[in-house]
Amino acid sequence: MEQKLLPDGMATAISVHDLEKRYQDLIAVKDVSFEVEEGEIFGILGPNGAGKTTTVECLQGLRSIDGGDVSVLGLDPRRDALKLRQLIGSQLQESALPDRVRVWEALDLFASLKQGGSSWEHLLKSWGLGEKRDSKFSELSGGQRQRLFVALSLVNNPQLVFLDEMTTGLDPSSRRTAWDLIRRIRDQGTTVVLVTHFMDEAETLCDRLVLFNGGTIVAEGTPESLIDRHAGQVRVRFTGPPSGLEWLSDVPHVAGVIQDGTRYEVSGDGPVLAHVGAALVSRGLEPPDLRVERATLEDVFLLLTSNSETPR
Amino acid sequence: MRTLAKMTWLELKLFLREPLTVLFAFALPFTILFVMGGVFGNESDPDVYRNVGAMDYYIPAYIALVVASVGLISLPTHLATNRELGVLKRYRASGLPTTIVATSQIIVTLVIGAVSAVLLVLVGIPVHDVVAANSVPMVLLGFFVSGLVFASLGVLLGAVLPSSRAAQALGVMLWFVMLMIGGAGPPPEVLTGTLGTIGEWTPLRHTIEIMQDGWLDLDPGNSWLIAIATVLLASLLAVRFFRWE
Ligand SMILES: Nc1ncnc2c1ncn2[C@@H]1O[C@H](COP(=O)(O)OP(=O)(O)O)[C@@H](O)[C@H]1O
Ligand SMILES: [Mg+2]
Repeated sequence: MEQKLLPDGMATAISVHDLEKRYQDLIAVKDVSFEVEEGEIFGILGPNGAGKTTTVECLQGLRSIDGGDVSVLGLDPRRDALKLRQLIGSQLQESALPDRVRVWEALDLFASLKQGGSSWEHLLKSWGLGEKRDSKFSELSGGQRQRLFVALSLVNNPQLVFLDEMTTGLDPSSRRTAWDLIRRIRDQGTTVVLVTHFMDEAETLCDRLVLFNGGTIVAEGTPESLIDRHAGQVRVRFTGPPSGLEWLSDVPHVAGVIQDGTRYEVSGDGPVLAHVGAALVSRGLEPPDLRVERATLEDVFLLLTSNSETPR
Repeated sequence: MRTLAKMTWLELKLFLREPLTVLFAFALPFTILFVMGGVFGNESDPDVYRNVGAMDYYIPAYIALVVASVGLISLPTHLATNRELGVLKRYRASGLPTTIVATSQIIVTLVIGAVSAVLLVLVGIPVHDVVAANSVPMVLLGFFVSGLVFASLGVLLGAVLPSSRAAQALGVMLWFVMLMIGGAGPPPEVLTGTLGTIGEWTPLRHTIEIMQDGWLDLDPGNSWLIAIATVLLASLLAVRFFRWE
């Protein structure tokens, strides 16, 4: 496999250059370029219809490509799809199994596709399907089906796994469990491409991510860098006396003060909390509810996808 | 190979878990025998039935007919349902080749068809006093080729038809038309004109003849060639036009 080495010695698992995909007149994906490094959890975020599923299915050779270059694990998914699929795992956003197939039968069948076979009993346990081993697919709940599909995507011990809306339909506690398992998979060396529209999921799981909107990438980076870059303002809130705090706006790093009766909201950047706190204490004020609110990925998401004209 | 074995075994189990399909496949031979067998005796008549007794003619023909029902109705419906639900896409994304999907279906058709045929023979021979097969190896070979004909046609239908409803409707229609004009209903000799000509071209006609050739020691015509050509053509088209989604 000819894999390009990045400067820091990490190999590229996926590289995409100017990917374009059309459905008749609709341009679903255009000018999409990104690289995924081996061993990271790479997020693909964006609102419904942004082109996420199209992109990952092009990468798996499940959809034809209308323009650009893609390389996955050193292979071209257009020419080497069958070989590529031996090396990757895939949980599709929409798929199914025959109604009457049993959980263990599905795992057993998919495991046999791996050269030399592969064990699947441990997946039943870790994905909480031990009790459902002999259940038919039609008898599983939405969340159980979802977990079965993730288990199936891992049954061939893939080098790279695509998870498209993995936690849709999972209850909060199964979501946490799933997150832990995904981290564990990454720690074992598997590269993970995580497609999601849940911002909390992306923020806790992803090492790096791209944000899609209207078929193109509108932002990319680590969750922290995206927040800093696009929603870097920090908000400090506390309750104080109804008047006499006009000096607040002169505190270093403070950009603005909004007062509502006894409630204050101070916005600023970087170390604004430390400065506001110090200034309050030095004037004898010790508000017990002094707290800071940092922007989350969700704020970035809303900011950048609220309209498709958002500048980069 | 291991995957093919697992896939085939799984498909067989899935077939047996589908109560209606099973009922259809295994009740059909009896229905045919007692409904149709009641109509004709087993007298030979020089003008029809290739000059053999009616039931001697029909037993091998019915074998072809039951195999046709599995291949033309059950198989395409199952494949098209799997496409409609996204099962085929799931298989594809996991790197399951088309050949395994198709081959497992073909084997299942042969196995179910064989069980159905055995039921038919076991009941048909004593009840209607039918002659025993003249050449068992030729009958087995004829069964195998007939099975391939309908399995490959079934895969082709399942490969291209967009929905399970379409597959079922077209499958039932083809099967019924072939029954009527392909030689499994009225004797082929009484079908004249256009119907007779179309009947000549149905795959059922040729599979009936190759089953009868071995069973009744009749002179093989070009039916074997036509049957094998049908298998090759249908398989090529199925591979060419197979749709996963
Ligand atoms: N098979 C298809 N045929 C036609 N249009 C499609 C098809 N799949 C997706 N689209 C369209 O392409 C756009 C991107 O869809 P998709 O990649 O599924 O987005 P996402 O996964 O981000 O929700 C949408 O406008 C969708 O309607
Ligand atoms: Mg999607």
